[in-house]
Amino acid sequence: MALEEVHSPVSGTIWKLEKAVGDQVTSTEDILIVESMKMEIGVQSPKNGKLVEFKLAEGDAVDEGDVLAIIEV
Amino acid sequence: MNRVLIANRGEIACRIIRAAKTVGVETVAIYSEADVDLPHVALADQAVLVGPANARQSYLDMDKLLSVASETGCTMVHPGYGFMSENAEFARRVQAEGLAFVGPAPDHIELMGDKQNARAAAIEAGVPVLPGTQRLTADETTWSVEARRIGYPLLVKAVAGGGGHGMKLIESEEKLLPVIQQTSEFAARIFGDGGVYLERCLQEARHIEVQVFGFGSSGAVHLFERDCSLQRRHQKVIEEAPAPGLTETVRAEMTEAALRLVRSIGYVGAGTVEYLYDPATEEFYFLEMNTRIQVEHPVSEMITGIDLVAWQLRCAMADERVVLAQQSDIAINGAAVEARVYAENPAKKFLPVPGEIKRLILPDLPGVRWETGYRSGNSVTVHYDPLILKVIAHGSDRKDALQRLSHALRTMEIEAKGSNLSFLLDLLETPEVQAGKIDTGMIERNIVA
Repeated sequence: MALEEVHSPVSGTIWKLEKAVGDQVTSTEDILIVESMKMEIGVQSPKNGKLVEFKLAEGDAVDEGDVLAIIEV
Repeated sequence: MNRVLIANRGEIACRIIRAAKTVGVETVAIYSEADVDLPHVALADQAVLVGPANARQSYLDMDKLLSVASETGCTMVHPGYGFMSENAEFARRVQAEGLAFVGPAPDHIELMGDKQNARAAAIEAGVPVLPGTQRLTADETTWSVEARRIGYPLLVKAVAGGGGHGMKLIESEEKLLPVIQQTSEFAARIFGDGGVYLERCLQEARHIEVQVFGFGSSGAVHLFERDCSLQRRHQKVIEEAPAPGLTETVRAEMTEAALRLVRSIGYVGAGTVEYLYDPATEEFYFLEMNTRIQVEHPVSEMITGIDLVAWQLRCAMADERVVLAQQSDIAINGAAVEARVYAENPAKKFLPVPGEIKRLILPDLPGVRWETGYRSGNSVTVHYDPLILKVIAHGSDRKDALQRLSHALRTMEIEAKGSNLSFLLDLLETPEVQAGKIDTGMIERNIVA
């Protein structure tokens, strides 16, 4: 078991969490959506695994590179 | 004395201020805490802070905007594009305060904001529409029957959507149900209305739109067409006027159809009738009508010599110089092309790149017009759209305009965290763009990996 960080590709705000802690996630599905400059940007897990933690909540501001979530792979 | 509240920000706010000065109207700008240092704040005769960066608490706060208009003694409100520009309730409230709304009647904003009603109005006025359905009912069994009648590929669209939002492509029948459901859920969440409908998808179609200006019962004129086929993810990147390669016959049919629609409802002010155009058959189909000034309006101004924003303001003041405008006085002079410079990174899937614009130098060049809401030292923030500037080049013909545009983009100086400048230059150099062989899928097919 290893833990992988999910990073924000862009500065903006967390618009919507698409998955819940405990969900299985794949690298092709959005786990959350960041809103920046009126665009909704889907963020995927780097690998298939289980979502163990969200580091931020809906409405929070994020910078590019911030850790958004932790995945157990 | 007439005084206008500019319920917007950035480049369009600057554009409205400039037009207002030419027609002798005083200006009141608004700004959020994120926009304190932007040029539109300094350019206006006065400026009022309306709230925090979040647009819902500032530029979209109706109560706040109306109280500022009243406190500053404004006689009219110009909404620009985006924000409150197509909000019928806002327009009604502006009028209820005894102020002029610089735009069409609220009923017409509402009519065209509902895609199904807009389509019905187009049919009623004899404007061709794409084969499609009404708002889908909950009875799933009818969906595939309707879809087969229209033919694949087809688009599922949110009734309340627009600008590419709430729209999905369905290539085959097995995708039909899940994609309709997804789109409906998305629309319910985003627009507060889960209604969707189906429409035929034209492959390799062009997006051509007619700029109109209505005078209510006194009729309407058009300022010819714009070709906005160069889009990425349904957002326009390059726009031009006139549309390359269009025959005079098709041009006449398109503009006449647009005027029929506008006259049939007694529309007032600036508007745009958008079409999908199939170059193979030379057929065109009504897409939607935008009831506001558009981002790309300058290309129409450059080929006709008309200041559309000044017309909007004069129209709101019932100035007869606009009301008496004659179609025979409006002609095409040369060609104009606009490019939009965005704070986005083409190398990273066009992700937005907010940050400071350390240096921005826009040189004076023949036939070139710059429209921006930023200057050196300002920041493009995450709160609003990523448009840094528009540049519009006018030339004796299309080739001349394209050369001037490329030259302007190569000559401007920008030091920012990122922009799509190199992408625009590459795009303008492609043989397809040079030859005017453009369609709405061209960028995705050829440029974007």
